[in-house]
Amino acid sequence: MSEENKEKIKVIDARGSFCPGPLMELIRAIKQSNVGDIIEVWSSDQGSQRDIPMWAEKAGHEFLGVIHEQGYDRIRVRKKR
Amino acid sequence: MSDKLAIVVFSGTVDRLLPAAIIASGGVAMGMDVELFLTFWGLNAFRKDSVNSNTRFSKDYEDMAPLMMQVMKNKNVPSWFEMLKRAKEIGNVKVHACAMTYDLLDMKKEDLADIVDDVIGVGEFISIAKDAKITLFV
Repeated sequence: MSEENKEKIKVIDARGSFCPGPLMELIRAIKQSNVGDIIEVWSSDQGSQRDIPMWAEKAGHEFLGVIHEQGYDRIRVRKKR
Repeated sequence: MSDKLAIVVFSGTVDRLLPAAIIASGGVAMGMDVELFLTFWGLNAFRKDSVNSNTRFSKDYEDMAPLMMQVMKNKNVPSWFEMLKRAKEIGNVKVHACAMTYDLLDMKKEDLADIVDDVIGVGEFISIAKDAKITLFV
């Protein structure tokens, strides 16, 4: 994941929300976005790191990676369709 | 056509309504069509005047109820009803009321929360659930 990426990233702060909250927030955001957009979900839920990549693959979007922060993760997905 | 997840919601207590709502959300997240059939206490729980105030727990976990409700409140866990509403906003969730219970409890359309789509007989539900990949009784 390149940090010099100039693309606009939509951040969804779902910290404090439990499974399946962050994933549901991401799905909602993806629905409202355009193809090519990058969504970054902030999640403190342990399930998200597994759920979100799996969902992205199944739903046909691109999982870009996870940045681990203190107490939460920043999970990036690009809308592909 | 999407895969289908069918859930018979028989229980009217929070300890079961919440997992039903979470599983329904998971189905929606995985792109499945979700079909809920509300019957007996499950349908009773969808009365407009109690969907947001229900704190009943099954007998088995009754002693844990105040603690669980407090933990859920402290951690901002959405209620089962809120969770189901969100699932319905995001995906294809159909909520069917069981005709038999509906008649038995003398219910009217306006007694039920708006999330309920229609009133159907068990036969129709079975015909819907017949080709579901997953069917659960909660």
